[in-house]
Amino acid sequence: MITFLLRRFVTMCVTLLIISALVFAIIKLPPGDFLTNQIAELRAQGESASVAKAEFLIKQYGLDRPVWEQYLVWLGVMPGQNGFSGLLQGDWGWSFEYDRPVVEVVGDALWLTLLVNFAVVIFIHLVSIPIAIYSATRQYSIGDYIATFIGYIGLATPSFLLALILLYYVNRWFGVSIGGLYDAQYAGEPWTWPKIQSLMSHLIVPTIVIGLGGTAAMIRRMRANLLDELGKQYYVTAKAKGLTPRKALLKYPFRMSLNPFISDIGNLLPHLVSGSVLVSLVLSLPTVGPILLSALKSQDQFLAGFILMFVAVLTVIGMLVSDLLLAWLDPRIRMGGGR
Amino acid sequence: MDEPLLSVRELTVDFVTDSGNFRAVDGLTFDIPKGKTVALVGESGSGKSITAQAILQILPKQAKIGAGSIVFNDPAIGDAVDITGLEAESSAMREMRGGRIAMIFQEPMTSLSPLHTIGDQISESYLTHIADDPAEAKIHTLEVLERVGFPDPKRALNTYPFELSGGLRQRAMIAMALITRPALLIADEPTTALDVTTQAQILDLIKKLQIETGMSVLLITHDLGVVANVADEVVVIYRGRVMEAGSRDDLFRRAQHPYLQALMRAVPRFAMAEGERLTPIREVTSEVLAHAQTPERIAPAGPILQAEGLTKTFTLRSGWFSGKVRTIHAVNGVDLALPTGKTLGLVGESGCGKTTVSKIIMRAMNPDSGHVLFDDGTGPRKVHELEGDALTAYRRNVQFIFQDPFSSLNPRMTVYELLTEPLRIHRIGTSDERYERAKQLLDMVGLNQRVLRRYPHSFSGGQRQRIGIARALALEPRVLICDEPVSALDVSVQAQVLNLLKDLQAALGLTYLFVSHNLAVVDYIADTIAVMCRGYIVEEAPKTSLFRNPVHPYTQALLAAVPDPDIDRPLDFEKLRVGRFADPSQWPEPFRLAAGEFGSMKEIEPGHKVRLGTEFVREAA
Repeated sequence: MITFLLRRFVTMCVTLLIISALVFAIIKLPPGDFLTNQIAELRAQGESASVAKAEFLIKQYGLDRPVWEQYLVWLGVMPGQNGFSGLLQGDWGWSFEYDRPVVEVVGDALWLTLLVNFAVVIFIHLVSIPIAIYSATRQYSIGDYIATFIGYIGLATPSFLLALILLYYVNRWFGVSIGGLYDAQYAGEPWTWPKIQSLMSHLIVPTIVIGLGGTAAMIRRMRANLLDELGKQYYVTAKAKGLTPRKALLKYPFRMSLNPFISDIGNLLPHLVSGSVLVSLVLSLPTVGPILLSALKSQDQFLAGFILMFVAVLTVIGMLVSDLLLAWLDPRIRMGGGR
Repeated sequence: MDEPLLSVRELTVDFVTDSGNFRAVDGLTFDIPKGKTVALVGESGSGKSITAQAILQILPKQAKIGAGSIVFNDPAIGDAVDITGLEAESSAMREMRGGRIAMIFQEPMTSLSPLHTIGDQISESYLTHIADDPAEAKIHTLEVLERVGFPDPKRALNTYPFELSGGLRQRAMIAMALITRPALLIADEPTTALDVTTQAQILDLIKKLQIETGMSVLLITHDLGVVANVADEVVVIYRGRVMEAGSRDDLFRRAQHPYLQALMRAVPRFAMAEGERLTPIREVTSEVLAHAQTPERIAPAGPILQAEGLTKTFTLRSGWFSGKVRTIHAVNGVDLALPTGKTLGLVGESGCGKTTVSKIIMRAMNPDSGHVLFDDGTGPRKVHELEGDALTAYRRNVQFIFQDPFSSLNPRMTVYELLTEPLRIHRIGTSDERYERAKQLLDMVGLNQRVLRRYPHSFSGGQRQRIGIARALALEPRVLICDEPVSALDVSVQAQVLNLLKDLQAALGLTYLFVSHNLAVVDYIADTIAVMCRGYIVEEAPKTSLFRNPVHPYTQALLAAVPDPDIDRPLDFEKLRVGRFADPSQWPEPFRLAAGEFGSMKEIEPGHKVRLGTEFVREAA
């Protein structure tokens, strides 16, 4: 167990290192970045104070040095202007676009993103598993067809469109604005109980909108998996033992059909971050999605780099979690040797 | 006379499917007396498993009991109950299912959930039916595990099915069925998936437990050998109808119905006369084969194919969390020789390394040491050093017939595509010539030319296996490696395929390496037999001398364990109970092999060789 975790930890570090190199290379790939563009502009205007500031930043972050040196400084394994100060030391860099440290720009967005994603994952599982079980056990019944039909609609509806529609009608019928994750009056306020309540009520619509596609896909896959397992011999054994249908189903085929979903947890996280950008824009959710989008557009390298690394770390940790869960759930993986 | 425990009267079961209705069980009537074993015998698709499912009311969704009654006369309750009158999910039915009538299945691997421990699955029966008391359930589970012969019941509680051998898994299934002390045990092909020695042990166990508990057993099987050994009464069914029923002696000595007679003639037996031919229920005839001529080729001076000192080890890592690496010695110094036009039978139980040997010969795998020599008439050459054209030629000459006719044919290819694919790969002939060849091949294996455009799913197992054989013949090979080619087939079809292989050999001058676990089958088809155990060839002899005078303890055990469909030659359960024939370190002197030791082969009569331990050989010298 310990050796397994150690081995996994080392591979995780190596993976992240490679990802960081790729991220940095890709951000640097297009010529010119936010700062050089700005400096060119400032120089043209001749405002010496701003030019001085820009040049200070260039020095500070070593933008005048070769790319690989910049990368190592960013990572924190090579001394920059202020000694070792990079991701490894917790210095996430400077956002040139916002003219503030990255840590301040992303701030709340990071954990709000986590919160929204967590809610979405829970929502997907809570809704889709019962429907899938219903569909699979009553294959080709009216209920199955209805669930299938709704599932297809869910799959086919672009989530940003659904967000727009909900935004309009909820406002029209209930007079409530569902944009944002809390009412406008709480923006920038410290976290108080009313603010948390406001957050909770605002969370509902984004969760449904973002989760709908995933839910529909999950119902389809879970149904197919479960149907496969229902045809297996051990389920007949369970029934021949005289178990009640519900117990026979939940204890045996259902548990078997869970495996693919657990191994999917790792994939789900980055997908939700990148997949919900449009929805976040439409519903003006303060998550990292829109920030990432604008950072990429303006080539705000440290901001974009940090968010991408954040997503990568989430993925790698998600993978580890799903592997551990799988091993916990499935003795064949835990002990191996089985077919 | 006592009332029977279970009486089935005029039972019909109908399947309702999109492609029409179909009656699987058609007016079936039979009784199961108290404390007796009734065998339900029939080919696959005869409705025997459906009958069992009807008794437990666990039929598939499309199936419905149409008419008739199943009266269960439970001695513990006293009142007779008509099962067909109960709702499938009623609590009365559930009580009976697993509580009073228990069932064990064919595949001990798939019938147990891989995610739950044996202890959990066995005690679940107890908790459901007897008392909802985990502590008590555990005590009873331990006791029942002990009774079915688990060496260490305490440990077994926490093991998972995949950690156990097939025999132990089936024992766990039996334990699960018996923990509630049912009045009736339904055993659906309980030993079909097991090795012969394990099969004998399981049959013995069921018999012993039956005497202990006084339960009745409904044994469903297609193996007349098993029936002859354990059944009191026999019911032969065909297409859901009883063909013949009666006591075992009556049926085996005076089979009346032509179907049963035909079934008996189709089973290979040890006592068969030299040159005697099996009579399949449906014989295959071929025009082409009757006039076929052996292709003219230079015959090699020695054996056409030869293996010398093949050794192969595998390393396995067990589990994610443990870094432990296990080394498995799959093949230990195997020598084989295939004389041209003859059949070498390679016999052994699962996991003995016989498939690994055939893969090495096919060059699908490289041996750790040793080599395979192939002689096409120009002198022997090492197979694993062949390259380019020589290798292509070797591949043409040596073809493979697989065990499972269901997964060895690509379901998305038509028969025509399947048969001509080898020709296309080897760029042989124009498309017209290939078409002609495909028709010819089909005729050789006794299939109609009209099936060329059909897909594999529309054929039965036997027909698919014949397509597989036709495909193997497409390139006019000289050697066919048959890996358990009939073990997935019914007896009647098995006879058909075996006869076909014999005819093909006679007509085309083929050489066979016939790998099988079934001694009777190998006896029927092979000229020389090599017995394999734990990667060693332990005995090799011409078949007459092997069966007349088996020397090695493992060969003896193997021979003793094959159930013969002859009630005058019962299995010697006593002898098989003793133990561990498959462990080289437990063999008596002079056969004992220490770990890592190869021993050596000693010739005891012409062509009859036996492996002896090195120590003994040294002492003798």
